[in-house]
Amino acid sequence: MNELITSTATQLAEKLSTKEVSSEEVTQAHLDRIAEVDEEVHAFLHVNTEEALAVAREVDSLRAAGGDDAAALHPLAGVPIAIKDLIVTVGQPTTAGSRILEGWKSPYDATVIRKIRAAKLPMLGKTNLDEFAMGSSTEHSAFGPTRNPWDLDRIPGGSGGGSAAAVAAFEAPLALGTDTGGSIRQPGAVTGTVGVKPTYGAVSRYGAIAMASSLDQIGPVSRSILDAALLQELIGGHDPFDSTSLTDSFDNLAEAARNGSVDGVRIGIVKELGGEGFQAGVEARFRDAVELLRGAGAEIVEVSCPNFKYALGAYYLIMPSEVSSNLAKFDGVRYGLRVLPKDGPLTIERVMGATRAAGFGDEAKRRIILGTYALSAGYYDAYYGSAQKVRTLIQRDFDAAFEKADILISPTAPTTAFPLGEKLDDPLAMYLNDVATIPANLAGVPGLSLPGGLADEDGLPVGVQLLAPAREDARLYKVGAVLESLLEAQWGGPLLAKAPVLGTEKTGGVK
Amino acid sequence: MAEITRDDVAHLAQLARIEMSAEELDRMAGELAHIVDAVKSVSEVAGPDVPATSHPIALSNVFREDVVGHVLTPEEALSGAPDAEDSRFKVPAILDEE
Repeated sequence: MNELITSTATQLAEKLSTKEVSSEEVTQAHLDRIAEVDEEVHAFLHVNTEEALAVAREVDSLRAAGGDDAAALHPLAGVPIAIKDLIVTVGQPTTAGSRILEGWKSPYDATVIRKIRAAKLPMLGKTNLDEFAMGSSTEHSAFGPTRNPWDLDRIPGGSGGGSAAAVAAFEAPLALGTDTGGSIRQPGAVTGTVGVKPTYGAVSRYGAIAMASSLDQIGPVSRSILDAALLQELIGGHDPFDSTSLTDSFDNLAEAARNGSVDGVRIGIVKELGGEGFQAGVEARFRDAVELLRGAGAEIVEVSCPNFKYALGAYYLIMPSEVSSNLAKFDGVRYGLRVLPKDGPLTIERVMGATRAAGFGDEAKRRIILGTYALSAGYYDAYYGSAQKVRTLIQRDFDAAFEKADILISPTAPTTAFPLGEKLDDPLAMYLNDVATIPANLAGVPGLSLPGGLADEDGLPVGVQLLAPAREDARLYKVGAVLESLLEAQWGGPLLAKAPVLGTEKTGGVK
Repeated sequence: MAEITRDDVAHLAQLARIEMSAEELDRMAGELAHIVDAVKSVSEVAGPDVPATSHPIALSNVFREDVVGHVLTPEEALSGAPDAEDSRFKVPAILDEE
């Protein structure tokens, strides 16, 4: 395979800065790869060929000219990136994976997109997702599922299955995701890639189409810990356009990733995130990872978070409640689809009813109705009110755990990638995929998933999750970098080198 | 099993402005009852002494200077609208004629 597409973003940045390759060559190599494999993977909903190449050429000419402009280029300038199609971009469609926004183009850029434009990363296109980021498999996309590059008959996780699959299939070295209950980390786990949900407020949400505003967070998707750190630094920082944006500085992440260490670090195994419901091969790889960290000098402790068992319930009340409110704006008036009722008077109310019936898929409807129920008079205190209290209890569990441990560790997802269609008709079974990732969103703490190896029973990737206290994102990178290098030393290279070959390079004997 | 009838779902769908077929209402009523059963355990631990959290990292008094920043032009704001006229969104009738 072409080395330009298997390199990490950090390696590409190095080759670009020494002019060993041009950004146009790198970008074209990824566009070629998309053309070659995306028919089977379906990670992209839109490919942004012309603009990506134009930005690449601009970086190349700035670099060729030298001087102050070349010196001022961002280290990642010229390294291409894919964008989850929940994030609005001028000049490219933004669909949120929904018919209701099919063909819509935003008149403004998200803050993270403004930063990516300023740093001159060519945007390769927009990646597939479950409709409005609602799902754990990308099967709820109105435009068809994405397929897992490790096994095209299996799910790539969700909601950000497109971003994770694009990075796993070497269609992009970097991608942006959004994580409301695990939508960056769980796809990372099942595709053998790295995904980070930063501290709530560390990255501006301005221009990420809101699913559940108190839980949503934009974050990096990559093939290495250092790449994720570089990308989080690029997209992070205070934004006056997002009133929940933190004013703290998060500029020590790449440094943490470059200086990985677990010497004397207390790592807490969360008792409640394992056991029943967790696949044997997932637990085995998780235990291996813990032993590697112990061997590297970490102190392993066990912590208990007794209220985590209520996290899924609280999440599936708070999130749909916020969904029912956030998705009220899709009314067939200001943007997107308008459908007229087949008969009867053409009042706005009936036009809205017909538009939303045709524009939203089953899962979006289910969550809107559930949220409307949870917020309705007579049920509010029992459901939404109780869920908000559980949120407090989960924060207290984290506080207590972080008294005993500097960082927590768990499997990212209870299973490896399951076959497409397996859980599509069972919403509750689908929701359980997020059992280990949801607590971080409820408490606002940062979480990172990195590849932990392959499960013995099915040969599919397993994810290991690290969780740190709010604002301590650097710890994730510092510990994650150690685990990554120990594991890659065992494997003799990155886990993705073991992934099956896709596209025309496919040869006989490869699954 | 939580009691969520087809009529309840029809009412919720009306509040949420989503037209639903008879078949959808039946299916949704079954699924909702199932989901609500799975999540209602939250009330077990939500005692009166536990304060509610609405926001993971509480911030207060987030203000900005009262100056006009970047705003969309009318053309930009209307660029995605299904129908527009004279720099305004055009909506169907607000009131039924009857």
